[in-house]
Amino acid sequence: MNENLALIYQSLPYLLKGCAITIGLVGGALGLGFVIGIPMAVGQVYGNKYLSGLIALYVWFFRGLPVLVLLFLFYFGLFSLIGLNLPAFTAAILVLGLRSAAYQSQIFRGSIQSLGEGQMLAARSLGMKKSEAILYIILPQALRISIPGWSNEYAILLKDSAITYAIGVMEILTRANFIATRTYKPMPIFLTCAVIFIILTYGGVKILDLLEDKVRIPGYGGRKGEI
Amino acid sequence: MQNGKDIVLRVEDIHKRYGKEEVLKGVSFEIKKGETKVIIGPSGSGKSTLLRCINQLTIPDKGKIWLENEEVTHDKKDINLFRQKMGMVFQDFNLFDHLNALRNVEIGLTRVKKMEKKEAREKAMEELKQVGLERQADLYPAQLSGGQKQRVSIARALAMDPKVMLFDEPTSALDPELIGEVLEVIKKLALSGMTMVVVTHEMGFARSVANEIIFMEDGKIIDQGIPYKIFTNPDHERTKQFLHKITELYGKSEE
Amino acid sequence: MDNITFIRETLFPPVLEGALVTLKLIALSIPLGLILGILIAVGRVYGNKLISSFCTIYTLFFRGTPLLVQLFILYFGLPSIGIFFSPFTAAVIGFILCSGAYHSEYIRGAIQSIKEGQMMAAEALGMTRTNAILYIILPQALRRAIPGCSNEIIYLIKYSSLAFMVTCVELTGAGKIIASRYFAYTEVFLVVGAIYLLMVSVVTKALNMLEKKLEIPGLG
Repeated sequence: MNENLALIYQSLPYLLKGCAITIGLVGGALGLGFVIGIPMAVGQVYGNKYLSGLIALYVWFFRGLPVLVLLFLFYFGLFSLIGLNLPAFTAAILVLGLRSAAYQSQIFRGSIQSLGEGQMLAARSLGMKKSEAILYIILPQALRISIPGWSNEYAILLKDSAITYAIGVMEILTRANFIATRTYKPMPIFLTCAVIFIILTYGGVKILDLLEDKVRIPGYGGRKGEI
Repeated sequence: MQNGKDIVLRVEDIHKRYGKEEVLKGVSFEIKKGETKVIIGPSGSGKSTLLRCINQLTIPDKGKIWLENEEVTHDKKDINLFRQKMGMVFQDFNLFDHLNALRNVEIGLTRVKKMEKKEAREKAMEELKQVGLERQADLYPAQLSGGQKQRVSIARALAMDPKVMLFDEPTSALDPELIGEVLEVIKKLALSGMTMVVVTHEMGFARSVANEIIFMEDGKIIDQGIPYKIFTNPDHERTKQFLHKITELYGKSEE
Repeated sequence: MDNITFIRETLFPPVLEGALVTLKLIALSIPLGLILGILIAVGRVYGNKLISSFCTIYTLFFRGTPLLVQLFILYFGLPSIGIFFSPFTAAVIGFILCSGAYHSEYIRGAIQSIKEGQMMAAEALGMTRTNAILYIILPQALRRAIPGCSNEIIYLIKYSSLAFMVTCVELTGAGKIIASRYFAYTEVFLVVGAIYLLMVSVVTKALNMLEKKLEIPGLG
């Protein structure tokens, strides 16, 4: 037992560097997904039917394919095809981000639609342009409502980040495997790896819960992040 | 409203506490075969909790209950047998939403009493007929009105051939115009000789059906007596005050 | 050789073989994962302190860690303490344990959304707790859990691709092998992707029809 603990202790610095990579992956993908997802959601709700259809196609594609297939398709296939030579880490953020955009856009779309058309009607009747109404009335509310769904997306992305092992990104699992194959002690290492993920998952969700509490509109019931 | 000699249900010194609050502070009463006792009192007086202690849906902290001279305990083996002999009708009906009316009445017979399907079906139809709903047998709870739901729930309880029926504010969740049909059924039941304990706010009904009225407040029985006495000249001041408020609210008791 | 011939002669045979493996994987994992989910959910809501805690910890672990880590532990980790699974078996076990945890959350939520009165009414009739759960609570809870559980089933179809990471050659694995041999990643994975999209669409349609069929008149 003692030598297992010693091994874990020695491996931690190496694994924790992997944490930084993982968090970078998740942060980057979440951010990319956010930045693309919001305009997509707005486009689907308020755009014409061609735009809507196009977005729906995008969503269907990126939600329908497994993460692993997307990673292989883009990293080994499409990126080289168009001459883009990205390191695995960047490629991973791009792929995960594009996929997250598909999921996030649906979360935001659901929130926007749950507001009902009364909000838009009231804003327009005050003389606001459609774009102003969306920016100052619809989105501030929709984004708050989206936090639970977004928190869920964070948890999913965090776990999906391990799949980037398949294209060689030096995140937590890749590093754990590295150590395990060299020391022939897979169990303690993989279990440690699992624990790190558990801490990141639930810790992150907890932080998002606090965020939800902080920005809550007075009078609206909250929803404690469910595990 | 016959008077039998045998005591069907005896409740002795029931106590129940929820956290710091003592909801029942030593309640005792007994009821003879064929009698109908109506319990009245303000909200929070412990009336519903008392009923649930009788069939052990809530376990009392202290006190004993006897059904036909056998003590009712929470023993796993016996409690289900006891519950079969006590029918309960809830304020919120609690019909099984995934079953139609007929199957709601049937399920106790098939799953609990282990009756043959054919026999159970016939009995269930008969019970539905008794409450006037044989034509609604195929409908699901979501398709029934409140009054119909409650009548199905009465049929469901009666199908088990209970020794005593417990009614927990059976009409409180109903729209006013639907209350009548349910009271009719309960009255008919009382007149046919069923032993019943009814918790209700319906004073006119209480007056015309009860052998005895029990007034509860704050977890204790404050007053009990025949309807005429309780409604015209109760012993206790609190009873008088409560009845005064109620009749103000619901209008003078009819019948 | 041109693309069409390539796809037809070189790509399709192994890829379809891989697709068959995928189908076998999900045919085993989906129903067993669902059953496990029901057991865990019931254990968590109705079990005694020990069972309930176990179910909670189980759920926390399997939902808090990546599926890939779980698969690695099963296939690469367990041998070091004497337990050996084939790649296929390790994958199936991993899928069952993982999706069981996710299913249990949806089902638990559904059970808790059923009004307490249903259980009370069942007990008042003299039903044992077990009977009440089986005939009154679960039939309703499972209907309510269908959207969530359907979602999880679709997820499993896609995440079955991770079996390749523990050397079980299913659809994605077959594709990767061909693609790296002929350096035709784009073509291969577009085809592989299309097959996944097809599987997902068919199953989604089937689940929607199932939900319609099980609807209780008057509700929803």
